[in-house]
Amino acid sequence: MAEQQTEENVHELDIDVEPLDMKLGPSHPATHGTVRMNLRLDGETVLNAEVEVGYLHRGFEKECESGLYYQAFPYTDRLNYVSPMINNVGYALACEKLFDVEVPERCQYLRVVASEASRIADHLTCMGACALELGAFTAFLYAVEARESAWDILDAMCGARVTCNYVRIGGLSSDVGPEFAALVDEKLADVARLHKDFEDLLLANPIFRDRMEGTGVLPKEDLIAFGVTGPLLRAAGVPLDLRRVSPYLVYDRLDFDVPVGESGDNMDRFLVRCEEIRQSARLVKQCLADLPEGPVDLDDPRVRLPAKGEVFGRMEQLISQFKLVTEGPRPPVGEVYQAVEGGNGELGFYLVSDGTGKPYKCRARSPSFSNTQAMSPMVEGGMLADVIPTFDMINMIGGECDR
Amino acid sequence: MSDVEEPTVESGAESETPEDPLLRRLREKLGEAVVSTHEFRGDRTAILDRGSLLEACTWLRDDPENAFDLLMDVTAVDYLGRKPRFEVVYHLYSVEKNARLRIKVPLEEDDVKIPSVVPVWIGANWLERETWDLYGIEFEGHPELKRIYLYEEFEGHPLRKDYPKEQRQPLIGPGARNGAATDAESAE
Repeated sequence: MAEQQTEENVHELDIDVEPLDMKLGPSHPATHGTVRMNLRLDGETVLNAEVEVGYLHRGFEKECESGLYYQAFPYTDRLNYVSPMINNVGYALACEKLFDVEVPERCQYLRVVASEASRIADHLTCMGACALELGAFTAFLYAVEARESAWDILDAMCGARVTCNYVRIGGLSSDVGPEFAALVDEKLADVARLHKDFEDLLLANPIFRDRMEGTGVLPKEDLIAFGVTGPLLRAAGVPLDLRRVSPYLVYDRLDFDVPVGESGDNMDRFLVRCEEIRQSARLVKQCLADLPEGPVDLDDPRVRLPAKGEVFGRMEQLISQFKLVTEGPRPPVGEVYQAVEGGNGELGFYLVSDGTGKPYKCRARSPSFSNTQAMSPMVEGGMLADVIPTFDMINMIGGECDR
Repeated sequence: MSDVEEPTVESGAESETPEDPLLRRLREKLGEAVVSTHEFRGDRTAILDRGSLLEACTWLRDDPENAFDLLMDVTAVDYLGRKPRFEVVYHLYSVEKNARLRIKVPLEEDDVKIPSVVPVWIGANWLERETWDLYGIEFEGHPELKRIYLYEEFEGHPLRKDYPKEQRQPLIGPGARNGAATDAESAE
Protein backbone atom coordinates (compact mmCIF):
# COMPACT_ATOMS: atom_id res chain seq x y z
CA MET A 1 0.00 0.00 0.00
CA ALA A 2 2.75 2.44 0.95
CA GLU A 3 4.49 2.02 -2.37
CA GLN A 4 1.32 2.58 -4.32
CA GLN A 5 0.48 5.75 -2.49
CA THR A 6 3.74 7.40 -3.42
CA GLU A 7 2.67 7.37 -7.05
CA GLU A 8 0.71 10.35 -8.23
CA ASN A 9 -2.94 10.09 -9.24
CA VAL A 10 -3.25 6.90 -7.27
CA HIS A 11 -6.92 7.63 -6.58
CA GLU A 12 -7.71 7.44 -10.25
CA LEU A 13 -6.29 4.00 -10.68
CA ASP A 14 -8.68 1.14 -10.36
CA ILE A 15 -6.78 -0.94 -7.88
CA ASP A 16 -8.43 -4.15 -6.88
CA VAL A 17 -8.09 -4.21 -3.10
CA GLU A 18 -9.42 -7.01 -0.96
CA PRO A 19 -11.63 -5.78 1.88
CA LEU A 20 -9.90 -6.03 5.23
CA ASP A 21 -11.62 -7.60 8.21
CA MET A 22 -10.74 -5.91 11.46
CA LYS A 23 -11.80 -6.80 14.95
CA LEU A 24 -12.10 -3.93 17.39
CA GLY A 25 -12.36 -5.11 20.96
CA PRO A 26 -13.67 -6.65 23.18
CA SER A 27 -10.88 -4.94 25.08
CA HIS A 28 -9.36 -2.10 23.16
CA PRO A 29 -7.60 1.09 24.33
CA ALA A 30 -9.76 3.29 22.10
CA THR A 31 -13.06 2.00 23.45
CA HIS A 32 -14.44 1.74 26.91
CA GLY A 33 -16.68 -1.13 27.86
CA THR A 34 -16.42 -4.67 26.64
CA VAL A 35 -17.92 -4.91 23.20
CA ARG A 36 -16.56 -6.28 19.98
CA MET A 37 -16.93 -4.73 16.57
CA ASN A 38 -16.23 -6.77 13.48
CA LEU A 39 -15.46 -4.23 10.83
CA ARG A 40 -15.03 -4.84 7.12
CA LEU A 41 -12.86 -2.12 5.68
CA ASP A 42 -12.11 -0.88 2.22
CA GLY A 43 -9.03 1.20 2.89
CA GLU A 44 -10.27 3.35 5.75
CA THR A 45 -13.92 3.21 4.78
CA VAL A 46 -16.17 1.00 6.84
CA LEU A 47 -18.16 -1.23 4.52
CA ASN A 48 -19.86 -3.28 7.14
CA ALA A 49 -19.92 -3.22 10.91
CA GLU A 50 -21.20 -5.99 13.11
CA VAL A 51 -21.45 -5.25 16.81
CA GLU A 52 -21.25 -8.11 19.29
CA VAL A 53 -22.48 -7.55 22.83
CA GLY A 54 -22.89 -9.89 25.75
CA TYR A 55 -19.46 -9.90 27.35
CA LEU A 56 -20.92 -8.57 30.59
CA HIS A 57 -24.04 -10.72 30.78
CA ARG A 58 -24.60 -11.68 34.41
CA GLY A 59 -28.17 -12.95 34.40
CA PHE A 60 -29.82 -9.91 35.97
CA GLU A 61 -33.32 -11.22 35.39
CA LYS A 62 -32.62 -14.71 36.68
CA GLU A 63 -31.09 -13.29 39.86
CA CYS A 64 -34.00 -10.93 40.43
CA GLU A 65 -36.54 -13.70 39.93
CA SER A 66 -34.87 -15.82 42.56
CA GLY A 67 -34.84 -13.11 45.23
CA LEU A 68 -37.45 -11.03 47.01
CA TYR A 69 -38.59 -7.72 45.53
CA TYR A 70 -36.37 -5.56 47.72
CA GLN A 71 -33.32 -7.74 47.10
CA ALA A 72 -33.07 -6.60 43.49
CA PHE A 73 -31.87 -3.09 44.37
CA PRO A 74 -28.15 -3.91 44.53
CA TYR A 75 -28.45 -5.57 41.12
CA THR A 76 -30.08 -2.49 39.63
CA ASP A 77 -27.09 -0.44 40.85
CA ARG A 78 -24.99 -2.53 38.53
CA LEU A 79 -27.07 -2.03 35.41
CA ASN A 80 -25.89 1.43 34.49
CA TYR A 81 -23.14 1.69 37.07
CA VAL A 82 -22.36 5.27 36.13
CA SER A 83 -25.78 6.53 37.16
CA PRO A 84 -26.95 3.90 39.65
CA MET A 85 -29.53 6.07 41.39
CA ILE A 86 -31.67 6.37 38.28
CA ASN A 87 -31.88 2.57 38.11
CA ASN A 88 -32.76 2.42 41.80
CA VAL A 89 -35.50 4.98 41.31
CA GLY A 90 -36.84 3.28 38.18
CA TYR A 91 -37.10 -0.10 39.85
CA ALA A 92 -38.67 1.38 42.98
CA LEU A 93 -41.25 3.25 40.91
CA ALA A 94 -42.14 0.05 39.05
CA CYS A 95 -42.63 -1.78 42.36
CA GLU A 96 -44.67 1.08 43.76
CA LYS A 97 -46.86 1.08 40.68
CA LEU A 98 -47.43 -2.61 41.21
CA PHE A 99 -48.27 -2.09 44.90
CA ASP A 100 -50.28 1.00 44.00
CA VAL A 101 -48.64 3.23 46.61
CA GLU A 102 -47.05 6.66 46.43
CA VAL A 103 -44.10 7.82 48.51
CA PRO A 104 -44.15 11.03 50.60
CA GLU A 105 -43.23 14.32 48.94
CA ARG A 106 -39.88 14.71 50.63
CA CYS A 107 -38.85 11.34 49.28
CA GLN A 108 -39.95 12.28 45.78
CA TYR A 109 -37.86 15.44 45.85
CA LEU A 110 -34.82 13.57 47.15
CA ARG A 111 -35.23 10.95 44.46
CA VAL A 112 -35.13 13.70 41.86
CA VAL A 113 -31.96 15.09 43.46
CA ALA A 114 -30.39 11.62 43.37
CA SER A 115 -31.45 11.01 39.76
CA GLU A 116 -30.19 14.33 38.48
CA ALA A 117 -26.85 14.10 40.29
CA SER A 118 -26.49 10.66 38.68
CA ARG A 119 -27.36 12.07 35.28
CA ILE A 120 -24.61 14.67 35.67
CA ALA A 121 -22.13 11.91 36.49
CA ASP A 122 -23.36 9.82 33.56
CA HIS A 123 -23.01 12.58 30.99
CA LEU A 124 -19.61 13.64 32.33
CA THR A 125 -18.34 10.09 32.06
CA CYS A 126 -19.61 9.77 28.52
CA MET A 127 -18.12 13.06 27.37
CA GLY A 128 -14.90 12.67 29.31
CA ALA A 129 -14.27 9.21 27.89
CA CYS A 130 -15.01 10.55 24.44
CA ALA A 131 -12.43 13.30 24.91
CA LEU A 132 -9.89 10.77 26.16
CA GLU A 133 -10.42 8.45 23.23
CA LEU A 134 -10.03 11.33 20.80
CA GLY A 135 -6.70 12.18 22.37
CA ALA A 136 -7.71 14.94 24.78
CA PHE A 137 -6.36 13.50 28.00
CA THR A 138 -6.40 16.81 29.89
CA ALA A 139 -10.07 17.40 29.22
CA PHE A 140 -10.82 13.88 30.46
CA LEU A 141 -9.24 14.73 33.81
CA TYR A 142 -11.49 17.77 34.16
CA ALA A 143 -14.55 15.63 33.47
CA VAL A 144 -13.54 12.95 35.94
CA GLU A 145 -12.82 15.54 38.59
CA ALA A 146 -16.26 17.04 38.00
CA ARG A 147 -17.84 13.59 38.12
CA GLU A 148 -16.21 13.01 41.46
CA SER A 149 -17.99 16.12 42.77
CA ALA A 150 -21.31 14.80 41.47
CA TRP A 151 -20.60 11.48 43.16
CA ASP A 152 -19.86 13.33 46.38
CA ILE A 153 -23.52 14.37 46.38
CA LEU A 154 -24.55 10.70 46.14
CA ASP A 155 -21.98 9.87 48.79
CA ALA A 156 -23.59 12.39 51.15
CA MET A 157 -26.98 10.75 50.56
CA CYS A 158 -26.12 7.08 50.89
CA GLY A 159 -22.45 6.71 51.83
CA ALA A 160 -21.36 5.21 48.53
CA ARG A 161 -20.16 6.76 45.33
CA VAL A 162 -21.13 4.14 42.82
CA THR A 163 -22.96 1.19 44.32
CA CYS A 164 -25.59 3.30 46.01
CA ASN A 165 -28.42 0.91 46.92
CA TYR A 166 -30.19 3.97 48.34
CA VAL A 167 -33.80 3.77 47.23
CA ARG A 168 -36.29 1.41 48.84
CA ILE A 169 -39.77 0.35 47.90
CA GLY A 170 -41.84 3.04 49.59
CA GLY A 171 -38.98 5.28 50.65
CA LEU A 172 -35.25 5.71 50.98
CA SER A 173 -32.66 3.94 53.09
CA SER A 174 -32.12 7.18 55.04
CA ASP A 175 -32.95 10.86 55.06
CA VAL A 176 -30.29 13.46 54.28
CA GLY A 177 -28.56 15.42 57.02
CA PRO A 178 -29.01 19.13 57.84
CA GLU A 179 -25.79 20.14 56.08
CA PHE A 180 -26.80 18.45 52.83
CA ALA A 181 -28.07 21.55 51.00
CA ALA A 182 -24.87 23.50 51.65
CA LEU A 183 -22.73 20.59 50.47
CA VAL A 184 -24.75 20.19 47.27
CA ASP A 185 -24.39 23.90 46.51
CA GLU A 186 -20.65 23.66 46.90
CA LYS A 187 -20.36 20.51 44.78
CA LEU A 188 -22.60 21.85 42.03
CA ALA A 189 -20.43 24.97 41.86
CA ASP A 190 -17.41 22.69 41.44
CA VAL A 191 -19.15 20.75 38.71
CA ALA A 192 -20.16 23.92 36.88
CA ARG A 193 -16.66 25.38 37.05
CA LEU A 194 -14.93 22.20 35.85
CA HIS A 195 -17.57 21.53 33.25
CA LYS A 196 -17.10 25.02 31.84
CA ASP A 197 -13.35 24.48 31.57
CA PHE A 198 -13.92 21.07 30.02
CA GLU A 199 -16.26 22.49 27.40
CA ASP A 200 -13.97 25.40 26.59
CA LEU A 201 -11.00 23.10 26.16
CA LEU A 202 -12.83 20.92 23.66
CA LEU A 203 -15.14 23.23 21.76
CA ALA A 204 -12.30 25.56 20.85
CA ASN A 205 -10.24 22.65 19.61
CA PRO A 206 -10.38 22.18 15.83
CA ILE A 207 -9.26 18.55 16.00
CA PHE A 208 -12.04 17.66 18.36
CA ARG A 209 -14.62 19.56 16.30
CA ASP A 210 -13.48 17.94 13.05
CA ARG A 211 -13.87 14.48 14.47
CA MET A 212 -17.29 15.19 15.99
CA GLU A 213 -19.02 17.34 13.40
CA GLY A 214 -20.91 15.49 10.72
CA THR A 215 -19.97 12.01 11.93
CA GLY A 216 -22.25 9.20 13.03
CA VAL A 217 -25.41 10.78 11.61
CA LEU A 218 -28.61 8.76 11.32
CA PRO A 219 -31.96 10.34 10.40
CA LYS A 220 -34.49 10.54 13.20
CA GLU A 221 -36.93 8.18 11.45
CA ASP A 222 -34.23 5.50 11.47
CA LEU A 223 -33.35 6.18 15.08
CA ILE A 224 -36.98 5.71 16.08
CA ALA A 225 -37.26 2.51 14.02
CA PHE A 226 -34.24 1.17 15.89
CA GLY A 227 -35.79 2.03 19.25
CA VAL A 228 -33.20 4.68 20.09
CA THR A 229 -34.17 7.06 22.90
CA GLY A 230 -32.48 9.63 25.11
CA PRO A 231 -29.80 12.17 24.15
CA LEU A 232 -29.17 10.42 20.82
CA LEU A 233 -32.75 10.94 19.71
CA ARG A 234 -32.96 14.46 21.14
CA ALA A 235 -29.79 15.42 19.28
CA ALA A 236 -31.61 14.49 16.07
CA GLY A 237 -34.39 16.93 16.90
CA VAL A 238 -37.01 14.78 18.62
CA PRO A 239 -37.86 16.35 21.99
CA LEU A 240 -38.65 13.02 23.67
CA ASP A 241 -37.81 13.28 27.35
CA LEU A 242 -39.94 11.23 29.73
CA ARG A 243 -39.43 13.81 32.46
CA ARG A 244 -41.36 16.18 30.23
CA VAL A 245 -43.79 14.05 28.21
CA SER A 246 -44.91 11.70 30.98
CA PRO A 247 -43.61 13.21 34.22
CA TYR A 248 -43.01 10.97 37.20
CA LEU A 249 -42.02 11.98 40.75
CA VAL A 250 -42.25 15.80 40.89
CA TYR A 251 -40.80 16.70 37.50
CA ASP A 252 -44.07 18.37 36.50
CA ARG A 253 -43.55 20.99 39.21
CA LEU A 254 -39.98 21.81 38.28
CA ASP A 255 -38.74 24.19 35.66
CA PHE A 256 -36.27 22.82 33.13
CA ASP A 257 -35.58 22.86 29.41
CA VAL A 258 -35.24 19.88 27.10
CA PRO A 259 -32.36 20.65 24.72
CA VAL A 260 -32.62 19.27 21.20
CA GLY A 261 -30.11 19.20 18.37
CA GLU A 262 -30.59 19.66 14.65
CA SER A 263 -28.39 17.45 12.55
CA GLY A 264 -27.99 14.58 14.98
CA ASP A 265 -24.25 14.24 14.47
CA ASN A 266 -21.82 13.47 17.27
CA MET A 267 -21.27 17.16 17.97
CA ASP A 268 -25.00 17.66 18.59
CA ARG A 269 -25.04 14.67 20.88
CA PHE A 270 -22.16 16.18 22.79
CA LEU A 271 -23.81 19.59 23.04
CA VAL A 272 -27.15 18.12 24.13
CA ARG A 273 -25.40 16.33 26.96
CA CYS A 274 -23.54 19.52 27.95
CA GLU A 275 -26.82 21.40 28.22
CA GLU A 276 -28.50 18.56 30.09
CA ILE A 277 -25.84 18.78 32.77
CA ARG A 278 -26.75 22.43 33.35
CA GLN A 279 -30.45 21.58 33.37
CA SER A 280 -29.87 18.79 35.87
CA ALA A 281 -28.02 21.19 38.15
CA ARG A 282 -30.99 23.56 37.87
CA LEU A 283 -33.36 20.76 38.85
CA VAL A 284 -31.27 19.81 41.87
CA LYS A 285 -31.18 23.40 43.09
CA GLN A 286 -34.95 23.78 42.71
CA CYS A 287 -35.56 20.55 44.59
CA LEU A 288 -33.42 21.63 47.49
CA ALA A 289 -35.08 25.06 47.60
CA ASP A 290 -38.54 23.45 47.65
CA LEU A 291 -37.63 20.42 49.76
CA PRO A 292 -40.59 19.85 52.08
CA GLU A 293 -40.24 18.68 55.66
CA GLY A 294 -41.70 15.35 56.70
CA PRO A 295 -40.91 11.67 56.54
CA VAL A 296 -39.12 10.04 53.63
CA ASP A 297 -40.67 6.65 54.22
CA LEU A 298 -44.17 5.54 53.52
CA ASP A 299 -46.06 4.60 56.67
CA ASP A 300 -47.37 1.33 55.31
CA PRO A 301 -46.25 -1.92 56.95
CA ARG A 302 -47.17 -3.86 53.79
CA VAL A 303 -44.25 -2.41 51.84
CA ARG A 304 -41.89 -0.39 54.05
CA LEU A 305 -40.12 -1.36 57.24
CA PRO A 306 -41.47 0.43 60.33
CA ALA A 307 -39.20 2.95 62.10
CA LYS A 308 -36.46 1.27 64.11
CA GLY A 309 -37.54 2.86 67.41
CA GLU A 310 -40.96 1.30 67.07
CA VAL A 311 -39.59 -2.08 66.08
CA PHE A 312 -37.62 -2.27 69.32
CA GLY A 313 -40.52 -1.11 71.48
CA ARG A 314 -43.68 -2.61 69.99
CA MET A 315 -44.66 -6.17 69.24
CA GLU A 316 -46.76 -5.50 66.15
CA GLN A 317 -44.02 -3.50 64.42
CA LEU A 318 -41.49 -6.16 65.30
CA ILE A 319 -43.65 -8.80 63.65
CA SER A 320 -44.23 -6.73 60.57
CA GLN A 321 -40.51 -6.03 60.19
CA PHE A 322 -39.78 -9.75 60.56
CA LYS A 323 -42.40 -10.67 57.96
CA LEU A 324 -41.22 -8.02 55.53
CA VAL A 325 -37.60 -9.10 55.72
CA THR A 326 -38.18 -12.85 55.54
CA GLU A 327 -41.15 -13.06 53.19
CA GLY A 328 -40.85 -9.76 51.39
CA PRO A 329 -43.63 -7.41 50.51
CA ARG A 330 -46.43 -9.15 48.64
CA PRO A 331 -47.92 -7.27 45.71
CA PRO A 332 -51.25 -8.14 44.08
CA VAL A 333 -51.25 -10.36 41.00
CA GLY A 334 -50.64 -8.37 37.85
CA GLU A 335 -48.04 -6.84 35.61
CA VAL A 336 -46.71 -3.31 35.22
CA TYR A 337 -44.24 -1.46 33.04
CA GLN A 338 -42.70 1.71 34.40
CA ALA A 339 -40.15 3.81 32.56
CA VAL A 340 -37.88 6.62 33.69
CA GLU A 341 -35.52 8.83 31.74
CA GLY A 342 -32.13 7.23 32.26
CA GLY A 343 -28.80 8.75 31.32
CA ASN A 344 -28.99 7.18 27.86
CA GLY A 345 -32.71 7.01 27.26
CA GLU A 346 -35.77 5.14 28.39
CA LEU A 347 -35.01 2.78 31.24
CA GLY A 348 -38.07 0.63 31.84
CA PHE A 349 -38.88 -2.13 34.28
CA TYR A 350 -41.48 -4.74 33.46
CA LEU A 351 -42.61 -6.69 36.49
CA VAL A 352 -44.94 -9.67 36.54
CA SER A 353 -46.30 -10.63 39.92
CA ASP A 354 -47.86 -13.94 40.87
CA GLY A 355 -48.79 -12.64 44.30
CA THR A 356 -45.73 -14.00 46.12
CA GLY A 357 -42.81 -12.08 47.60
CA LYS A 358 -40.62 -12.76 44.57
CA PRO A 359 -41.07 -11.13 41.19
CA TYR A 360 -42.24 -13.79 38.74
CA LYS A 361 -40.54 -11.82 36.01
CA CYS A 362 -38.31 -8.79 36.34
CA ARG A 363 -37.27 -7.33 33.05
CA ALA A 364 -35.12 -4.27 32.54
CA ARG A 365 -35.58 -2.47 29.25
CA SER A 366 -32.20 -0.89 28.94
CA PRO A 367 -31.55 2.08 26.65
CA SER A 368 -27.97 1.02 25.87
CA PHE A 369 -29.11 -2.21 24.26
CA SER A 370 -31.36 -0.57 21.69
CA ASN A 371 -28.98 2.34 21.18
CA THR A 372 -26.00 0.07 20.51
CA GLN A 373 -28.02 -1.82 17.95
CA ALA A 374 -28.25 1.37 15.88
CA MET A 375 -24.49 1.67 15.77
CA SER A 376 -23.91 -0.36 12.59
CA PRO A 377 -25.88 1.96 10.28
CA MET A 378 -24.28 4.97 11.96
CA VAL A 379 -20.74 3.94 11.12
CA GLU A 380 -21.24 2.11 7.82
CA GLY A 381 -20.04 4.19 4.92
CA GLY A 382 -17.97 6.40 7.19
CA MET A 383 -14.31 6.34 8.08
CA LEU A 384 -12.72 3.95 10.54
CA ALA A 385 -11.69 6.88 12.76
CA ASP A 386 -15.34 7.98 13.08
CA VAL A 387 -16.25 4.69 14.73
CA ILE A 388 -14.63 5.88 17.96
CA PRO A 389 -16.54 9.15 18.55
CA THR A 390 -19.78 7.49 17.44
CA PHE A 391 -19.29 4.63 19.87
CA ASP A 392 -18.47 7.16 22.61
CA MET A 393 -21.59 9.20 22.00
CA ILE A 394 -23.78 6.09 21.96
CA ASN A 395 -22.30 5.59 25.41
CA MET A 396 -22.82 1.86 25.64
CA ILE A 397 -22.70 0.89 29.28
CA GLY A 398 -21.90 -2.81 29.41
CA GLY A 399 -23.74 -3.49 32.65
CA GLU A 400 -26.94 -2.09 31.27
CA CYS A 401 -26.61 -3.38 27.74
CA ASP A 402 -25.74 -6.95 28.68
CA ARG A 403 -27.63 -7.16 31.98
CA MET B 1 -47.69 -23.60 40.56
CA SER B 2 -51.36 -22.74 40.98
CA ASP B 3 -50.36 -19.17 41.81
CA VAL B 4 -48.89 -18.82 38.38
CA GLU B 5 -52.19 -19.34 36.65
CA GLU B 6 -53.82 -16.32 38.18
CA PRO B 7 -52.41 -13.28 36.35
CA THR B 8 -54.56 -13.31 33.26
CA VAL B 9 -57.63 -14.42 35.17
CA GLU B 10 -57.64 -11.54 37.61
CA SER B 11 -56.34 -8.77 35.45
CA GLY B 12 -58.74 -9.84 32.74
CA ALA B 13 -61.70 -9.54 35.08
CA GLU B 14 -60.69 -6.03 36.11
CA SER B 15 -60.89 -4.64 32.65
CA GLU B 16 -64.40 -4.82 31.30
CA THR B 17 -65.49 -1.37 32.55
CA PRO B 18 -65.53 1.43 29.92
CA GLU B 19 -63.11 0.30 27.32
CA ASP B 20 -60.21 2.37 26.18
CA PRO B 21 -60.71 3.81 22.66
CA LEU B 22 -57.47 2.30 21.37
CA LEU B 23 -58.33 -1.17 22.62
CA ARG B 24 -61.83 -0.83 21.18
CA ARG B 25 -60.48 0.12 17.76
CA LEU B 26 -58.04 -2.77 17.93
CA ARG B 27 -60.94 -5.14 18.55
CA GLU B 28 -62.94 -3.65 15.70
CA LYS B 29 -60.00 -3.92 13.35
CA LEU B 30 -58.87 -7.42 14.19
CA GLY B 31 -62.05 -9.04 15.47
CA GLU B 32 -61.53 -12.61 16.58
CA ALA B 33 -57.74 -12.29 16.54
CA VAL B 34 -57.87 -10.23 19.73
CA VAL B 35 -58.14 -12.85 22.42
CA SER B 36 -58.74 -10.34 25.20
CA THR B 37 -57.82 -6.87 26.38
CA HIS B 38 -57.40 -5.39 29.83
CA GLU B 39 -56.02 -2.47 31.78
CA PHE B 40 -54.07 -2.75 35.01
CA ARG B 41 -52.62 0.28 36.81
CA GLY B 42 -53.10 2.31 33.65
CA ASP B 43 -51.16 -0.12 31.41
CA ARG B 44 -53.16 -1.18 28.39
CA THR B 45 -52.69 -4.75 27.27
CA ALA B 46 -54.01 -6.62 24.26
CA ILE B 47 -53.60 -10.37 23.98
CA LEU B 48 -53.41 -11.34 20.33
CA ASP B 49 -53.51 -14.50 18.33
CA ARG B 50 -50.17 -15.44 16.81
CA GLY B 51 -51.50 -15.53 13.26
CA SER B 52 -52.56 -11.89 13.23
CA LEU B 53 -49.50 -10.45 14.96
CA LEU B 54 -47.84 -9.02 11.86
CA GLU B 55 -51.07 -7.56 10.54
CA ALA B 56 -51.80 -5.98 13.92
CA CYS B 57 -48.29 -4.54 14.29
CA THR B 58 -48.28 -3.07 10.80
CA TRP B 59 -51.65 -1.46 11.45
CA LEU B 60 -50.56 -0.14 14.84
CA ARG B 61 -47.49 1.42 13.31
CA ASP B 62 -49.02 2.84 10.11
CA ASP B 63 -52.48 3.98 11.14
CA PRO B 64 -52.12 7.70 11.90
CA GLU B 65 -54.43 7.41 14.88
CA ASN B 66 -52.07 4.91 16.52
CA ALA B 67 -48.61 5.78 15.16
CA PHE B 68 -46.78 3.29 17.35
CA ASP B 69 -43.46 3.99 15.70
CA LEU B 70 -41.14 2.92 18.51
CA LEU B 71 -40.82 -0.67 19.68
CA MET B 72 -39.53 -0.35 23.22
CA ASP B 73 -39.13 -3.92 24.24
CA VAL B 74 -39.63 -7.55 23.32
CA THR B 75 -39.43 -10.23 25.93
CA ALA B 76 -41.19 -13.40 27.03
CA VAL B 77 -42.63 -14.83 30.21
CA ASP B 78 -42.49 -18.51 31.04
CA TYR B 79 -45.59 -19.61 32.95
CA LEU B 80 -44.31 -23.10 33.59
CA GLY B 81 -47.17 -25.48 34.31
CA ARG B 82 -49.77 -23.35 32.64
CA LYS B 83 -51.22 -23.85 29.20
CA PRO B 84 -50.16 -22.11 27.03
CA ARG B 85 -46.78 -22.00 28.68
CA PHE B 86 -45.15 -18.95 27.10
CA GLU B 87 -46.16 -15.41 26.41
CA VAL B 88 -44.19 -13.12 24.15
CA VAL B 89 -44.56 -9.53 25.32
CA TYR B 90 -44.13 -6.40 23.18
CA HIS B 91 -44.07 -2.88 24.56
CA LEU B 92 -44.98 -0.23 22.00
CA TYR B 93 -44.64 3.51 22.24
CA SER B 94 -45.87 6.31 20.03
CA VAL B 95 -43.55 9.31 19.97
CA GLU B 96 -46.21 11.54 18.44
CA LYS B 97 -49.11 10.53 20.71
CA ASN B 98 -47.03 9.73 23.79
CA ALA B 99 -49.09 6.56 24.10
CA ARG B 100 -48.15 3.08 25.23
CA LEU B 101 -49.52 -0.36 24.50
CA ARG B 102 -48.52 -3.84 25.57
CA ILE B 103 -49.15 -6.75 23.25
CA LYS B 104 -48.96 -10.32 24.42
CA VAL B 105 -49.03 -13.45 22.32
CA PRO B 106 -49.50 -16.81 24.06
CA LEU B 107 -47.46 -19.73 22.74
CA GLU B 108 -47.76 -23.44 23.42
CA GLU B 109 -44.75 -25.25 24.83
CA ASP B 110 -44.40 -27.66 21.91
CA ASP B 111 -44.78 -24.95 19.27
CA VAL B 112 -42.72 -21.92 20.26
CA LYS B 113 -42.76 -20.30 16.84
CA ILE B 114 -43.90 -16.74 16.23
CA PRO B 115 -43.52 -14.40 13.25
CA SER B 116 -40.70 -11.92 13.59
CA VAL B 117 -41.68 -8.24 13.71
CA VAL B 118 -38.35 -7.12 12.21
CA PRO B 119 -40.15 -6.17 8.95
CA VAL B 120 -42.26 -3.74 11.00
CA TRP B 121 -39.67 -2.36 13.42
CA ILE B 122 -36.07 -3.00 12.47
CA GLY B 123 -35.09 -2.51 16.11
CA ALA B 124 -36.76 -5.81 16.96
CA ASN B 125 -33.69 -7.58 15.61
CA TRP B 126 -31.57 -7.72 18.78
CA LEU B 127 -34.58 -7.88 21.09
CA GLU B 128 -35.82 -11.01 19.34
CA ARG B 129 -32.35 -12.51 19.34
CA GLU B 130 -32.22 -11.94 23.08
CA THR B 131 -35.61 -13.57 23.57
CA TRP B 132 -34.46 -16.54 21.49
CA ASP B 133 -31.26 -16.74 23.49
CA LEU B 134 -32.82 -16.65 26.93
CA TYR B 135 -36.25 -18.21 26.34
CA GLY B 136 -35.87 -20.26 23.17
CA ILE B 137 -38.70 -18.60 21.30
CA GLU B 138 -38.26 -19.06 17.55
CA PHE B 139 -38.95 -15.93 15.55
CA GLU B 140 -39.81 -16.97 12.01
CA GLY B 141 -38.51 -14.69 9.29
CA HIS B 142 -35.86 -13.13 11.50
CA PRO B 143 -32.85 -12.21 9.33
CA GLU B 144 -30.24 -13.74 11.64
CA LEU B 145 -31.66 -15.60 14.60
CA LYS B 146 -28.65 -16.51 16.72
CA ARG B 147 -27.70 -16.14 20.36
CA ILE B 148 -26.70 -12.64 21.44
CA TYR B 149 -25.51 -12.89 25.05
CA LEU B 150 -24.46 -16.51 25.37
CA TYR B 151 -22.22 -18.56 23.15
CA GLU B 152 -23.47 -20.89 20.45
CA GLU B 153 -22.43 -24.04 22.35
CA PHE B 154 -24.56 -23.10 25.36
CA GLU B 155 -27.22 -25.72 26.01
CA GLY B 156 -30.71 -24.65 26.99
CA HIS B 157 -32.33 -21.30 27.53
CA PRO B 158 -31.53 -19.95 30.99
CA LEU B 159 -34.55 -17.75 31.69
CA ARG B 160 -36.93 -20.66 31.34
CA LYS B 161 -38.32 -21.56 34.72
CA ASP B 162 -37.15 -25.16 34.42
CA TYR B 163 -33.52 -24.09 33.95
CA PRO B 164 -31.96 -24.23 37.45
CA LYS B 165 -30.14 -21.10 38.53
CA GLU B 166 -27.11 -23.07 39.70
CA GLN B 167 -26.79 -25.06 36.47
CA ARG B 168 -23.22 -25.08 35.18
CA GLN B 169 -22.08 -25.44 31.60
CA PRO B 170 -18.68 -26.69 30.47
CA LEU B 171 -16.21 -23.99 29.52
CA ILE B 172 -15.40 -23.68 25.85
CA GLY B 173 -12.60 -22.22 23.82
CA PRO B 174 -8.88 -22.85 23.61
CA GLY B 175 -7.41 -24.22 26.81
CA ALA B 176 -10.78 -25.23 28.22
CA ARG B 177 -10.48 -28.83 27.00
CA ASN B 178 -8.13 -30.07 29.68
CA GLY B 179 -7.83 -28.08 32.87
CA ALA B 180 -10.69 -25.62 33.06
CA ALA B 181 -13.46 -27.89 31.84
CA THR B 182 -12.73 -30.58 34.38
CA ASP B 183 -12.58 -27.96 37.10
CA ALA B 184 -16.04 -26.78 36.19
CA GLU B 185 -17.38 -30.33 36.09
CA SER B 186 -15.81 -31.39 39.34
CA ALA B 187 -17.22 -28.33 41.08
CA GLU B 188 -20.75 -29.67 40.59
